[in-house]
Amino acid sequence: MIISIPKESYKGEKRVALTPESAKHIQKLGHTLRIQAGAGKLAEFSDADYKEAGVKVVKGNAIWTDTDVVMKVRGVTPEEADHLAEGTTLISFFWPAQNEDFLKTMADKKINVIAMDCVPRLSRSQKMDALSSMANIGGYRAVVEAATQFGRFFTGQVTAAGKVPPAKVLVIGAGVAGLAAIGAAKSMGAIVRAFDTRLEAKEQVESLGGEFLVLEFEEDGSGDGGYAKTMSKEFIDAEMAMFREQAKEVDIIITTALIPGKPAPELITKDMVESMKSGSVIVDLAAEQGGNCKLSAADKIVTHKGVKIIGYTDLPSRLATQSSQLYSTNLRHMLTDLTPEKDGQLVFDMEDDVTRCSTVAYEGEVVWPSEPPKLSAAPQAAPKAAPTPEPVPEMSTAQKAKMTFGAMALGVLALLSVGSVAPPEFMSHFTVFVLACFIGYQVIWSVTPALHTPLMSVTNAISGIIVVGALLQISSTSGLVVFLAFIAVLIASINIAGGFLVTQRMLKMFNKG
Amino acid sequence: MEMGTISAAYIASAILFILSLAGLSNQETSRKGNWYGIIGMVIAIVATILNKSVDAYGWLIIAMVIGGGIGARLAARVEMTQMPEMVAILHSFVGMAAVLVGFASFFDPALDLYGAAATIHNVEVYLGILIGAVTFTGSVVAFGKLSGKMGSKPLLLPMRHQLNLGLLGLSILLGWWFLSVGHDGGTLPLIIMTLLAFAFGVHMVMAIGGADMPVVISMLNSYSGWAAAATGFMLSNDLLIVVGALVGSSGAILSYIMCRAMNRNFVSVIMGGFGTTTGGGEEEGEQGEAVAIQADEVAQLMTDASKVVIVPGYGMAVANAQHAVSDLTKQLRDKGIDVQFAIHPVAGRMPGHMNVLLAEANVPYDIVLEMDEINDDLGEVDVVVVIGANDIVNPAALENPNSPIAGMPVLEVWNAKTVIVSKRSMATGYAGVENPLFFKENTRMLFGDAKDSVDAIKSSI
Repeated sequence: MIISIPKESYKGEKRVALTPESAKHIQKLGHTLRIQAGAGKLAEFSDADYKEAGVKVVKGNAIWTDTDVVMKVRGVTPEEADHLAEGTTLISFFWPAQNEDFLKTMADKKINVIAMDCVPRLSRSQKMDALSSMANIGGYRAVVEAATQFGRFFTGQVTAAGKVPPAKVLVIGAGVAGLAAIGAAKSMGAIVRAFDTRLEAKEQVESLGGEFLVLEFEEDGSGDGGYAKTMSKEFIDAEMAMFREQAKEVDIIITTALIPGKPAPELITKDMVESMKSGSVIVDLAAEQGGNCKLSAADKIVTHKGVKIIGYTDLPSRLATQSSQLYSTNLRHMLTDLTPEKDGQLVFDMEDDVTRCSTVAYEGEVVWPSEPPKLSAAPQAAPKAAPTPEPVPEMSTAQKAKMTFGAMALGVLALLSVGSVAPPEFMSHFTVFVLACFIGYQVIWSVTPALHTPLMSVTNAISGIIVVGALLQISSTSGLVVFLAFIAVLIASINIAGGFLVTQRMLKMFNKG
Repeated sequence: MEMGTISAAYIASAILFILSLAGLSNQETSRKGNWYGIIGMVIAIVATILNKSVDAYGWLIIAMVIGGGIGARLAARVEMTQMPEMVAILHSFVGMAAVLVGFASFFDPALDLYGAAATIHNVEVYLGILIGAVTFTGSVVAFGKLSGKMGSKPLLLPMRHQLNLGLLGLSILLGWWFLSVGHDGGTLPLIIMTLLAFAFGVHMVMAIGGADMPVVISMLNSYSGWAAAATGFMLSNDLLIVVGALVGSSGAILSYIMCRAMNRNFVSVIMGGFGTTTGGGEEEGEQGEAVAIQADEVAQLMTDASKVVIVPGYGMAVANAQHAVSDLTKQLRDKGIDVQFAIHPVAGRMPGHMNVLLAEANVPYDIVLEMDEINDDLGEVDVVVVIGANDIVNPAALENPNSPIAGMPVLEVWNAKTVIVSKRSMATGYAGVENPLFFKENTRMLFGDAKDSVDAIKSSI
């Protein structure tokens, strides 16, 4: 298939859907790649880089024609869509919920659309989850933007010129973006606090060195697909009270709270902003969806009573090289899934959760929204009971008792029959033998399995005690007996010396860490 | 020295031997335990030498010095990987000594017994020599197999079970003959029986394959004990009886533990020839695709992990990789990664074999855990590295009731996030069973000699 990558037309968009690195991998799938001249320039990828990676560089609008697949970052404009021929596949962000009419238009044109924002959150599809890649960059960049606007250090220092307290950062919403922000702010030395309605986020926040703020309230906000759900009124009241407290104390607030398909919840009210210290910064990552802060405006910095509110919506694009790299890798994995035979043919397997969910228009039909796979990153509230193993047919205790009794009776009978014919001297030796067996049984079971080899070598050594018998015979008057006893003493001595010494050698090696 | 004093000395040394074995219950007391054993042995020998009836000091000292010298040399030279051979050859010495002492006791003119006492003594002599002879040749063959001087494949003669039964029947007949002729004409049946017992010992161990060796070694250990006990009866010596019983039960318990660890019964192991009687379950055909991995990727995985478990097997011993593994462990631990070892009871060729190898390579014993201690925690492990082990990590034992190894307890390594299997090839293990572990989604195969692979991982960290 011929895959074309046009230049992004959206104003200020610096990202590009293909990097030279991922181009190499995509070509291995049997696809042919074309890129519009200058498409990668703003993300620091030159046309020469692409050429070197085997990508054909096409000038102007020719990129839109004679192609099977178009890959972009942002969705196409209606004008661009006019260029597309019937049967072409578009892979890009599409936001079908916000663009339902346009999606219909695309379907009518028989253009297949794979929306990268519709990739379901499954562990298998993480490698193509472009929303997470972008959110990660957004979270990082939010801290960088905040630091630019903030008039002080993040980290606390004691300098010759006086003491600098560390900045306090509050991150609301500990999703991918929130976690990235926590990590970035923490590594710059700030004191980071975080809040999320999903209790499962606590561990993740703490793993990044953040402090998780806990509401004394019994409600878990984990919804399907790894997102949060809307909480009860009481919960929201308690939450707002906490934010109000925190606002007075912290220097920077980064909000990332989004609920899918709804306007962003308003979490930072005007009075909270006014209660913040002058010079404080708020970064509202939800500005595009209406904002978590009452006062934020999309793509602008608003200053209200000394508090700067950043509402940039293009944070990933501000880190264009990095986001292009991650996004094009996401696309590459998507193509890998769509090209199972590595023969350059796209296959839409609608049985596959990932393909079904992310394909929003296919063969003239709008196939969105599709049945989402039900999965959450959180552990199930009530874990399923472990499957009970098949009952093993076992002897009843009564049967066991009978067998034990039977064995004992047999043993007693055997003893009696031996005792009835054997001389008393034998019986006294036999007593010693039986008792020694029992002692051996008790002692050996307590030996730790790690020392089984030394156990064998030490029993080797002590069974050399047979030398005692040979020693008594060696003084015999019979030459034959002396000869036999001599050899017996010799080899038993090998055992004694060899066994004890090698045991000693081994035991010396067992050292505690 | 008076008989009373000697008996007292024997009691003291019997107690010391018991303490010696009891000392092995944990690593801290084990060295003291060995000293108890040495002291017990010295007391027993000195007390015996000071017996009034012993006067051939010249022969005695020559024999003990030569024997002791050979033993000390062996002990100092043996490689830890060769411990199974060493133990096997030492067993054979006990067996041979029992045979010699038995014959000497039979020929001893000083013994003048009549009636039931004479019969009982003859039975004891007969049994002592029988057990001793079987132990001797059995251990020699085991030594040959373990040291690679003989092939470790089971030798399966046609009609071998009938052959064994025939030998047993013949021994009983010979015993009856021996007892009926008594002391005067008994030499011939005694010698024939000894030769038969030698043959039986050879045949028995020849039929047993490599990975069943832990059972065989334990069993021969047990036999050597019973041989000593039988000798004790024939010489009316309680110390020998006590020690023989201790060693005999020790070996019996070890055999039981090993059999349980393979989910096999003792008789089937001794009958030999694994896999020939339990067919089926092997025709599974293609199971999936095994994914190979390179050493540097393994290094990456390990350094990213917070908890690593290493499962060593016989392959580690063969490749002599224990020092490399120990160095790798040290490197990872220095990075703050939690490294532990998981030992299956039958890993290697004798009970506790892996523990000794790891101890030799300076792996601290408190991070070396038994199967039962670690199996339930494997789910929390990031990376499990299986080095030269196969059957002991085979999920078929639990999942496939038709598998020849069904029901054998195994290390459930597949519960970990990633499993790395270091192996020379995709060949099956001793039991000849396909291992579905290799085809699991979270399994990666690192092909190559265990030592080379571990060295490569080390250098990439």
